[in-house]
Amino acid sequence: MSENTNVWEVFIQSKNGLAHKHVGNVHASDKEMALQNARDLYTRRNEGSCIWVVKSEYIVSSESEDGEAFFDPSNDKMYRHPTFYNMPKGAKHI
Amino acid sequence: MSLLNYTLRIADSSLISGQRLAEWCSNAHTLEEDIALSNIALDLFGQANILLEYASDLDGKKTADDFAFKRNEREFFNLKLTEQPNGHFGDTIVKLFLFSSFNFLFYNKLSQSKNENLSAFAFKSLKEVKYHLKHSKSWIVRLGDGTKESNKKVQESLNSMWEFTGEFFEMDEIDIELNKKGIGVNNKSLKEDWNNIINTTILESKLKRPEDGYMQTGSKNGLHTEHLGHLLSEMQYLQRAYPNAKW
Amino acid sequence: MNEIKFQEKIDSERKIEPKDWMPEDYRKHLIRQISQHAHSEIIGMQPEGNWISRAPSLRAKMILLAKVQDEAGHGLYLYSACETLGVSRQELIQQLHDGKAKYSSIFNYPTLSWADMGAIGWLVDGAAIVNQVSLQRTSYGPYSRGMIKICKEESFHQRQGYEIMAEMASGTPEQKEMAQDALNRFWWPSIMMFGPQDGDSPRTGNAMKWKIKRQTNDELRQSFIDKTVHQAEIIGLTIPDPDLKWNEERGHYDFGKMDWDEFWDVVNGKGPCNKQRLDHHKKAHIDGKWVRDAAKAYSEKQKDLVIN
Repeated sequence: MSENTNVWEVFIQSKNGLAHKHVGNVHASDKEMALQNARDLYTRRNEGSCIWVVKSEYIVSSESEDGEAFFDPSNDKMYRHPTFYNMPKGAKHI
Repeated sequence: MSLLNYTLRIADSSLISGQRLAEWCSNAHTLEEDIALSNIALDLFGQANILLEYASDLDGKKTADDFAFKRNEREFFNLKLTEQPNGHFGDTIVKLFLFSSFNFLFYNKLSQSKNENLSAFAFKSLKEVKYHLKHSKSWIVRLGDGTKESNKKVQESLNSMWEFTGEFFEMDEIDIELNKKGIGVNNKSLKEDWNNIINTTILESKLKRPEDGYMQTGSKNGLHTEHLGHLLSEMQYLQRAYPNAKW
Repeated sequence: MNEIKFQEKIDSERKIEPKDWMPEDYRKHLIRQISQHAHSEIIGMQPEGNWISRAPSLRAKMILLAKVQDEAGHGLYLYSACETLGVSRQELIQQLHDGKAKYSSIFNYPTLSWADMGAIGWLVDGAAIVNQVSLQRTSYGPYSRGMIKICKEESFHQRQGYEIMAEMASGTPEQKEMAQDALNRFWWPSIMMFGPQDGDSPRTGNAMKWKIKRQTNDELRQSFIDKTVHQAEIIGLTIPDPDLKWNEERGHYDFGKMDWDEFWDVVNGKGPCNKQRLDHHKKAHIDGKWVRDAAKAYSEKQKDLVIN
């Protein structure tokens, strides 16, 4: 039998209300094991309130050579940021 | 005196289980499981520590470490199941599963004890034991419903550990006395729920429940299998070899 | 072209990520260094694991177990980082078992008394931390992030060891003797953990250029020695090096000659515990095969259930 087990990416929500954050991976042959392994490895110091695990093979990543095409076009669209706009002097709460 | 004895029984089972599980460190089949077993061992040492501190309060003279490191075989009251050697992973996981399934029910009841120390201890430990039960149960299912070899192995583990489960439900004078006072648990009353946990798991894992045959007894009176002496001589080595040293 | 862009990125302190282009030698160097680091964490569990069952107090037992457990965790973080370079954990473990991958040779020395738990925490972890703090700024993203996490978690390890040493050094005469003996045995192997002197370290050049390593072996070693001398004095132990002396001009301690013949012997398999450590690791792996197989078979059955 092949010795390769599945790799699972682990996301931890450190506190209720916050987003889940990627922390690393674990090896596991099934989802229950993946969750338990993630719990034992990544929350030994009280770091978590919720864990997601997802098989690494299901992660789709942008390619680094696409980086310019993907991300540079948003560089020059400053009107998406609030600091782009001129507010009359003295205007508050806006 | 009864209370001290009762406390030591619970503490010793945690301590000796922890000592055995810690032997797995660097020996498990994956690093992930190595870490998991250490986590459980740490929970168990933590439990032992709380109760041995309480025992020390009750005793007034001995420290928690005196209780752990300076008592002899006949003065230990842990369940015989807990002192059994680790064997292979299947043996260990069966031991852990049987012990955790009992403790889960026991702590559940003990958390309602009129003794605040014991109830607070049980309340805290219950959360830990729930996880131990979950973890060991999922492994029983994997091994039972895994390969032919693993099914055979874990069935043998279950068969050979079965004789140590009778002790879970024994009640001696101390148990009866403390149960009457609302401090201790009526262990007999846990049997039905325990059967349910065992039967469901056994069904799910394609194993067979062993027949009740000869059941081991005696740990409440400090009677043990020969394994405990060796475990203690290793665990207590430094304290015994250098009685005047502080560590 | 790629090479120039890559070096520019390194020079401007930007991190290299798994999907970025990198020179094949950079990848190879990283795999070798990170896997060696990971194997060291894992093999390093054994000399300390040797004393968990005999720890002299409940507190000491819990701390030691938690520490050794951390090492397993750190090994995992590092295997994880290494896997991003396109090599599987199984391959890495195979390389270890085949003797193709190395681990820190300090772990080929036996732990003979409880004081060795002190010496390992204080000196071996101390040396490792100096190295790891520096590696937090390494150029490869996953390695750097792993190092940051490890440094955060390891901060208690050295204190744990030093506490044991301090306690024993001020204990009974027998305890003090054990502490001094442990220091005597672990001092030289510890300072050799930083690797060969810069002149004899052929790979340092590229590693520095690519910012995989941020400081040289000798710089790191000196920084460790400078820190540690005072710590030994405070607890009344003597570092076993008659040539150890403060050098006003350099602003550093001078120290004696290291025995590189012994170092290379141990690296190349001729150390007191080389065989034992590797056999232990292999045995755990082989003994666990039926369990891994069972878990795998079980998961395949679950898949069939879903499809049907």
